[in-house]
Amino acid sequence: MGRKRDILIAALILLMLWAASAVLLDSMALPRPWTVFSDLAVKLADGSLLDDLAVSAFRALAGIVLALAAAVPLGLVTGAEQHVHKRISPFIYLLYPVPHVVLLPLIIILFGIGNFSKIFLIALIVFFQILVTTRDGARNIHRNYFYSMKTLGATRWQIYRHVILPATLPKILTAMRISVGTAVAILFFVESFATTTGLGYIIMDSWGRADYVSLYTGISCMGMLGFLLYLVLDRIEHHVCRWVISD
Amino acid sequence: MISVSSAFLSFIHDDRRQPVLEDLSFGVEAEQSCAIIGPSGCGKTSLLFLLAGILQPDSGTIRIEGNPRCGTILQNFGLFPWKTVSENIGLGLTLQRSPEEKIRSVVKQQLEDMELTGFGDHFPGQLSGGMQQRVALARALAIEPEILFMDEPLSSLDALTRERLQNLIIDIIRAKRITAVLVTHSIEEAVFLGRKIIILSRRPGRILKIVDNPGGAEPGYRQTNRFFQQCTKIRDVLTGELNGQEA
Repeated sequence: MGRKRDILIAALILLMLWAASAVLLDSMALPRPWTVFSDLAVKLADGSLLDDLAVSAFRALAGIVLALAAAVPLGLVTGAEQHVHKRISPFIYLLYPVPHVVLLPLIIILFGIGNFSKIFLIALIVFFQILVTTRDGARNIHRNYFYSMKTLGATRWQIYRHVILPATLPKILTAMRISVGTAVAILFFVESFATTTGLGYIIMDSWGRADYVSLYTGISCMGMLGFLLYLVLDRIEHHVCRWVISD
Repeated sequence: MISVSSAFLSFIHDDRRQPVLEDLSFGVEAEQSCAIIGPSGCGKTSLLFLLAGILQPDSGTIRIEGNPRCGTILQNFGLFPWKTVSENIGLGLTLQRSPEEKIRSVVKQQLEDMELTGFGDHFPGQLSGGMQQRVALARALAIEPEILFMDEPLSSLDALTRERLQNLIIDIIRAKRITAVLVTHSIEEAVFLGRKIIILSRRPGRILKIVDNPGGAEPGYRQTNRFFQQCTKIRDVLTGELNGQEA
């Protein structure tokens, strides 16, 4: 595949830029990639980093799944049913532009400092991104598709299953791509306090101890987590949106 | 079989009621084919939507005797791009919850009849215009309709493909004794396919003339003198209507 090769070349170029800068700067603040990667390999092999990676991956994934489970059905119905749109959309209009990150203190007061608060904040932020895209996708389906279903005698439920969901799915996946980036960013934010696990904690802790190699190991790991989630989405898209790719 | 009496239809646009169809009365007998022709924007498609039950008239009645099965082919966006050719063809049966086995055998037969064998797993976007129209025809025929409604089914095709498909439609409606109603802006198509031709005026569409066309829907009619005479006759009525617009 040409695309895979191009991505690999881009990754190599980025690595070379990092290596060149590290050698030229020769500073503790920018360790060389091989130092970081050997540290990463050791910590993954002895399992000390695996727990943090797993905890972070769980928090990000749980947040995204929770957001999806709520946002997709609500978005589809709001987009497809005029009377629901009329009632729900004003709320979305008011609540969407609020920077939800500032709700963190409130969430901690309500749900404590445990895992659930972290997952909930990720879910809350991603929820709105997916909701708005899903709703707009479902609203902009050409009406002839509905006419076709009507002439075939479809029930409302069948219209959701055969038209509204599949027509909106590419939009939902695009929203999820954006959400993955957001989720990992929020993950770092929520892991930077009141926890001793997760990659965000590793990064903050190494920073505090001025352990720059560990710091970069944490950063690389977080980058890999985002990239892995992206790859998973790619696979899903390949399966459920074959018709878009084949166009 | 189909009887329309004093049907009126209007759309609300920018809070203003705009009449689309005015005082239409006509009938289509069982196993007859009827072509509806008129200047663009005259409400032809709306009339077909009324007959197919997609729209309801403001006043007047549309009666279809005996609750027959109806197949409909819409102009654009009729096929679902996210479904394969086979899934599109079988959709009507899927929605009726027919057994898998029956769907599979009907789809296989339709693929053969429409010379689409081997394309069952393709998506509509991967097919030529003529093939897509054959898929649409196959989907309408898969439910074994007694009435077939067609909205400009061949308008986007080149002349030769168009003629081939016109012949195919004639063969099918004769063999299966289907009542056909076809909307078209092509005079030749109306004369070739319609045993009865309804000529509509400019918007709001009224009936200008109903032409009896005994040779319509007969194979080989295209090459006869009577065919050309009928075309001229209908062209005169339509030209008269359009010249009235300029005056």
